[in-house]
Amino acid sequence: MKILVCISSVPDTTSKINFTTENSAFDADGIQFIINPYDEFVLTKAIKLREQHGGTVTVAHVGTDNNDPTLRKALAIGADDAIRVDAEATDSFFVANELATIAKDFDLIMAGRESIDYNGGSVPAMIAEILDLGLINGCTGLEINGSNISGEREIEGGKESLSSSLPIVIAGQKGLVEESDLIIPNMRGIMTARTKPLSVVTAQANEERTVSVSFEKPAERATCKLVEPGNEAELVALLHNEAKAI
Amino acid sequence: MSVLVFAESWDGKFKKGTFEAVTYAHETAKKLGVSTTAVTIGKLVNDATQLGNYGADKVISITNNISTCDSQGMSAAIAEVANKEGASLLIVANSNTGKTIAPRLAVKLSAGFISNVVDLPSNNAPLTVKKKAFSGKAYEYAQCNIDKCILALAPNAFRIVEKAGSAAVESFNAVAKESKVTSTNVEKATGKISLAEAEIVVSAGRGLKGPENWGMVEELAELLGAGTACSKPVSDIGWRPHGEHVGQTGKAVAPSLYIAIGISGAIQHLAGVNSSKIMVVINTDSEAPFFKSADYGIVGDAFEVVPRLIEEIRNFKANN
Repeated sequence: MKILVCISSVPDTTSKINFTTENSAFDADGIQFIINPYDEFVLTKAIKLREQHGGTVTVAHVGTDNNDPTLRKALAIGADDAIRVDAEATDSFFVANELATIAKDFDLIMAGRESIDYNGGSVPAMIAEILDLGLINGCTGLEINGSNISGEREIEGGKESLSSSLPIVIAGQKGLVEESDLIIPNMRGIMTARTKPLSVVTAQANEERTVSVSFEKPAERATCKLVEPGNEAELVALLHNEAKAI
Repeated sequence: MSVLVFAESWDGKFKKGTFEAVTYAHETAKKLGVSTTAVTIGKLVNDATQLGNYGADKVISITNNISTCDSQGMSAAIAEVANKEGASLLIVANSNTGKTIAPRLAVKLSAGFISNVVDLPSNNAPLTVKKKAFSGKAYEYAQCNIDKCILALAPNAFRIVEKAGSAAVESFNAVAKESKVTSTNVEKATGKISLAEAEIVVSAGRGLKGPENWGMVEELAELLGAGTACSKPVSDIGWRPHGEHVGQTGKAVAPSLYIAIGISGAIQHLAGVNSSKIMVVINTDSEAPFFKSADYGIVGDAFEVVPRLIEEIRNFKANN
């Protein structure tokens, strides 16, 4: 089974987000980039599936060589090889189109349900549509039996079991594997990752359908009003009269 | 030409997000000087004419029975309607279903796609909208470069406007397609409030010391008609289900009131909840970072404060 895992390189979750050039661009200064956390759950699941069923795990990414450390990390975690489309990932359709070109040769195409930077959450579904494939979005469980798939996804107020067949696109999240299953690369993994294939391909000419114009940060809140413990009635009154929240 | 809005239903009933999306579509259509057409799929318990109360001029009711797990079938049917209506702007709620079908529609209709939209377009040509980015740590103004666009509206970001109105309903039979994905079982927590749409969320963290102490959290939530949520560590240790994890790598919520009990307020947690209108924090540690982001707080032991708060809210409810 050939598994493709699409990954994004995103600011570490502890990052404070700032902007430059009059709030028109993300300020990457001092930011540590990591594998998008949703993608990391998916990559871990892909490696488990390879252990069970054999095959290969390839990671694909659209980005510049600044992101090669993120790809090497994925290789150290256990992917067999990596493909990088050499272009700035600006527009989700552009990214999906590039990844779909790679993905058409794979049996199982996986990605995190969204990236934690621009949160479009649209690339997996776009890949599925471009390749005329089924999709399990928000996937929290996946078993493979021959070419049959049984999966689980989160739905509003519950979960749903699904059946389908390969090839398919899976947009995954935690639940696919647990936090404790995530693989921390060991020294051997890091060493072998250096020599695993990382191929760089040129992007096709593509229109940019959407573009970022500017950014702003959420407004700061006024100082927190503290209520003494024991005065819970006062808090209830404030929430009712002042905040009009209850 | 019209603004098309997908009026999502679940078990045949419209959801709060649907009314938000229809209101949004109507307000946008008004600015553009065009009409609003809503599109529904499948059998409805609710009467679709009621969408007129939220500003729909017309409802096109797709009569095919398409499973909500068949994103391909749903998007193909909606695309047919969009082409028939010549819609250049399509609005969906950023729900599980909306998030899944909208990107497919963007491919099918050769449209731009912008998700997590929080406000009406700041500019009509080129279409520019404010959306959440960096998992709630910032907002982005995104612009669509082509003349067709799909917007997915973030839950609880846009106020529903309801006034008497009526929409004519016409039936539409879409080209049927076989689904590549089949639903085999649905497990629903009955009576649970959907976290994404909840008006009030009661959330708790590691400060509660163990899963056996969640009784008071659930009691408080039930009293307030609130959804229950938790911090990442709590879902990671398995005290609460993953579906309750709110924060940067979990769900984003934007209720009118968010009550955080025993949660310190790490930057990742705040990212997922800072769109809440009012935030209340209960924590023993006065230095907890959450107090810097909250509107109201009590520095105290949750095991003493929460039961008293429940009592006071009960008194308040009895007198109001």
